[in-house]
Amino acid sequence: MAVFGFTTGILMLAGAPPMEAYGLLLKGSLGSGKKVGAVLTAWVPLTLCAVGLLYTFRIALWNIGVEGQMIMGAVFATAVLRWGVESRLPLFYLILAFPAAALGGGLWAMGAGLLKTKGGVHEIFAGLGLNFVAQGILLYLIFGPWKRPGVASMSGTAPFPPELWLSSVSGVRLSPEGVFLAAAALAVTVWMFRYSRLGLVFKAAGNNPTAVMLFGEKPGRYMILAMVLAGAFAGLAGGVQVAGVYHRLIPSISSNYGYLALLVVMLSNYRVALVPAVAFFFACLNVGGIQLPMVLKIDSSLAGVIQGAWVLAALAAVAWLRKEGRPEEAR
Amino acid sequence: MRKNRGWVFFAVSLVIFSVAFCFQPAEGSDKPFIFGLLLVGPYNDHGWSQAHYEAGLTVEKKVPGTKMIYIDKVNPADRPGVTIPQLADDLVEKGARLIIANSDDMKDGTREAARLHPEIHFLHISGDDVLTKKAPSNLANLMGKMEYGKMMAGFAAAMTTRTGKIGYLGPLINEETRRLAAACFLGARYAWEHVLNRDPKALDFKVTWIGFWFNIPGVTADPTQVCQNFFNTGYDVVISGIDTTEAVVVAKQKKQEGKAVWAIPYDYIGACEGASEACLGVPYFNWGPGYIDFVKGSMSGNWESKWVWLGPDWNNINNPETSTVGFLPGPALPEKAKAALEGFIKDLGSQKAVLFKGPLFYQDGSIFLKEGEVATDAQIWYMKQLLKGMTGASSAQ
Repeated sequence: MAVFGFTTGILMLAGAPPMEAYGLLLKGSLGSGKKVGAVLTAWVPLTLCAVGLLYTFRIALWNIGVEGQMIMGAVFATAVLRWGVESRLPLFYLILAFPAAALGGGLWAMGAGLLKTKGGVHEIFAGLGLNFVAQGILLYLIFGPWKRPGVASMSGTAPFPPELWLSSVSGVRLSPEGVFLAAAALAVTVWMFRYSRLGLVFKAAGNNPTAVMLFGEKPGRYMILAMVLAGAFAGLAGGVQVAGVYHRLIPSISSNYGYLALLVVMLSNYRVALVPAVAFFFACLNVGGIQLPMVLKIDSSLAGVIQGAWVLAALAAVAWLRKEGRPEEAR
Repeated sequence: MRKNRGWVFFAVSLVIFSVAFCFQPAEGSDKPFIFGLLLVGPYNDHGWSQAHYEAGLTVEKKVPGTKMIYIDKVNPADRPGVTIPQLADDLVEKGARLIIANSDDMKDGTREAARLHPEIHFLHISGDDVLTKKAPSNLANLMGKMEYGKMMAGFAAAMTTRTGKIGYLGPLINEETRRLAAACFLGARYAWEHVLNRDPKALDFKVTWIGFWFNIPGVTADPTQVCQNFFNTGYDVVISGIDTTEAVVVAKQKKQEGKAVWAIPYDYIGACEGASEACLGVPYFNWGPGYIDFVKGSMSGNWESKWVWLGPDWNNINNPETSTVGFLPGPALPEKAKAALEGFIKDLGSQKAVLFKGPLFYQDGSIFLKEGEVATDAQIWYMKQLLKGMTGASSAQ
């Protein structure tokens, strides 16, 4: 309620009728099949990144580097797709782009993981640093070796021919493969956390690394594994952005979905079951937010303010609920 | 369990709010002709995007029964995750019958959107899809012959510089930007050689590209720094080729520090405002006439998929009704230079001064125009390199 009051207040301050603004956000995100398609298009990378982050959060690591991992996924996917241009087997390269994307993200995450476990660098700093490096590599490639012929522009590489695009539902512009990937990622993760030994060890290592060590396991190795898994999922998200959304490599290929995914996971209280719903909500805000400037002539970043307010409120609520329930749920 | 209940409550309240605001009042009954504008920058950038936005307002005023809707900051840095076809959907849903996309950067997206909405007309500014035959029949191109504006800018710069060093703040490198930078250089060299009677070899014309049409922190080079660099290394006039006003802003600061420096902004008639002491004038677009033509064509069913390159009205290049390209002299332009510039504009109009005329050489020494050869529109449009005599990259290294 407080959040609602707060966001309403902000909207009124901005001179927008709040009810209309909320209505626009909703209609602008779910008002038609196309809109839902656009929302799902944002939902896919957001969910993939968030699912990856569940692994690292489970082992108590802050994988801020998810953004860079997504970028490297996009870079690896682009590299493969570039080989596929004018080849006789475009489908082969299109499929290969995804393992490559996962590899790119995974390797990049492994870098942060090794820095953490071998070098003693906190994963937040390692991740942030690697984000900058990834961004640098991305810009270098776009402006340098992968530039369009005769052009030097930060607006991106030349688009791939349509045979190297993921398919899209006609009229909706949503690639079913992307949705399938995200759904599969969710399913695998649910299974891992519920039934696999690995999921259990992640949790144990996150809660008490020393205890895990006493049981003869090496927490460092599991940390790296969790990082690699997170990076692979983020890399896939990058691959989807390249092959399914932009059909080329652009400087903001990650669309900040990595950072946004961190919020998704926090707002989901680190639970895999809530991740798709929260990611969907964020995707709605992202897509519907464009209505605010178009109709009400207010800045669309207000959608971001609403988003932020929800996250803060949810975190506060979680903290409060934990405090309330501390006696039986002490952690 | 309690924790669970909290989350369920949260989820339920989310749904309730969502449903509660689903209902929207219906729209009015009289149906105006709606045209949508996709602006790459902010609508009030004092540059490229504002010139388009104001042309939209002009259309609303001059063509009865029209209404503009617009989305600004349409670029992946400002609106991550948003694509042109998606925004075109939004505009169409709001009733737009004609969509104007104002950036070179939107070329691929506009073509894709035009294919998806064959019943909607699309006008891509600065593009050449019609020339390259990539355009579907509902897509047209419009551009202004800014070469002339840029020649005037170069002319004014050369008449003013005391060091003989002119800096050009370039956006990204492509055919359009090469063409405009080259036009500036030709205007400057003309003044240098034919008005000031000085050795063309002594004129230093340097182009520095930032990588995009405006500053994207962390992605492009910072135009403010590029300008400062120019001014700190002896370049006393900077001509801007980017969408925003950094060049005049920095020149004004330097002027206030006591340096004798000037700048020439670009795109928007009001770009000198607020920096008049350093502003030599501005070559600007007046998109009104072009817009009105296409809007009327779309309304009356006489739409044509054509490529239109509108020039200045040489009777009065600053006539808002007729001239697509103009040059507004700035307060800092010296009187003598202003008088010479007026003569130059007259000579351009009467074709006494033809600047894209051979012999002209590309940067690598190869021939662009043979002795006496006058460039065709296509030759100017598709210039492959900068011209010999200019410093700076012709394409990425």
